[in-house]
Amino acid sequence: MSKVKIRITPKIIQEVKKQIMSKIKTQIMDQEKIKRTLSRIAQEILEKNKGIKDLIFIGIRTRGVFLAKRLNKIIKKVEGEELPLGILDINLYRDDIALLSHQPIVRKTEIPFDITEKKILLVDDVLFTGRTVRAALDALIDLGRPKVIQLIVLLDRGGRELPIRADYIGEIVPTSKNELVEVKLKEIDNLDEVIIVKK
Amino acid sequence: MRRNLLEINDLKTQEINFLLEEAEAFKEVLARPIKKLPTLRGKTILTLFYEPSTRTRMSFELAAKRMGADVSNIAVSASSIQKGENLKDTVRTLEAMGVDLIIIRHSQAGAPHLVAKTVKASVINAGDGTHEHPTQALLDLYTIKDKKKTFKGLKAAIVGDIAHSRVARSNIWAFTKMDMEVTLIAPPTLLPAEVEKLGLKPIKISYSLEEIIPKLDILYILRLQLERQKKGLFPSLQEYIKLYGVNPEKLRKSKRDLLIMHPGPMNIGVEITESVATSMQSAIEEQVHNGVAIRMALLNYLLGGKNEDPA
Repeated sequence: MSKVKIRITPKIIQEVKKQIMSKIKTQIMDQEKIKRTLSRIAQEILEKNKGIKDLIFIGIRTRGVFLAKRLNKIIKKVEGEELPLGILDINLYRDDIALLSHQPIVRKTEIPFDITEKKILLVDDVLFTGRTVRAALDALIDLGRPKVIQLIVLLDRGGRELPIRADYIGEIVPTSKNELVEVKLKEIDNLDEVIIVKK
Repeated sequence: MRRNLLEINDLKTQEINFLLEEAEAFKEVLARPIKKLPTLRGKTILTLFYEPSTRTRMSFELAAKRMGADVSNIAVSASSIQKGENLKDTVRTLEAMGVDLIIIRHSQAGAPHLVAKTVKASVINAGDGTHEHPTQALLDLYTIKDKKKTFKGLKAAIVGDIAHSRVARSNIWAFTKMDMEVTLIAPPTLLPAEVEKLGLKPIKISYSLEEIIPKLDILYILRLQLERQKKGLFPSLQEYIKLYGVNPEKLRKSKRDLLIMHPGPMNIGVEITESVATSMQSAIEEQVHNGVAIRMALLNYLLGGKNEDPA
């Protein structure tokens, strides 16, 4: 049996610290907060549009769809009826396809109703560069001529590369490019939370 | 990342499943009033057909245009090829003009492979001799999946002129790859030697259509290639029709949900009667419709992402 002695130098301590720090997650929203935030947004939608006439939800795959469904449930409680809800896949409209090393899987867009002259509530989880929303707007305009499109996001993390803003925002949290924002929703992630991970 | 589609068996099962899944998204686009996507904007696609074609060439052209690509078609009869230019020179010249993808049909088996070795652009085999027609197999798989939801254990028969059929060869590979059971039905003279060695699992041979029909989930009828029948491979057309032509009489004992397929163009009254072609069991029109969607998925797969040179 040979013993190996390790001298703990300041350099090692620093390295360990760095490794721990690199995996530090900060929770921005928990289940309760997401729930209250969505209730507030639903209220704002009804207030701003003075009711539900001509309103339709379009959720951007994947998490935007679940958020739209939750908002729709809240609206049903208040107004007694649900809004039509469509699902949008924006992958065919992305401008960064040539830059990606792996092709994103294109899934079906499911908007089984006419959007012309409708007031669209476009839902996504995080607003960052604005490029997803740009793609979504192009995709929607190919489907018809809506009267208005309003944007709903659970989290605005800043860092816009295009002149795009949201109409309804859950939370504004300025972040940097080397931070990762993860929205987790019960429907697919088994829990509700929003976290920031330092890369 | 994949650059070419030359043979159906080059595709892994998961790649086929991926394309079939994505085709759903493209089918939705085809149902819209504005059937146009910006996805392949700026890409140049060329169809180079050394054999006549209506549906395959048109299907590729529509697929490419609906993805936003620029498409050029070369009609071989009106091109420099008539002046004696060889295939390699032709495709090198075309590539020098900035073509990203060449879709080729040629009477010689292996011509698309030669093109793929010659140019850096992507190549799709749209039919080479009696060898393969991989995108036909893809659209057939898509149609089967659409109707049957699953492939495993389905009993399929391919009936007719197997010897001259590139569709049959591609589909033997495709059907066995997806775990279907395949039986070939043809007069012995229209079955190539050792055909039973094709495919990824054993295939059966039968000479009687009527015996097998009640067991089938899919009846795939091939075109009798009349233009290639000069050598007297069967006694008379009447006898072929009697034994291998599909008519309502022969289908009396078929399963209700039997799927009748045909790659087109049809010789109505020869391998299939009109009433069978337009019956409830027929998926022939869906095959054509699905062809555009699956080809859009394929173009997107070959051109959509970062296409690193495999060399």
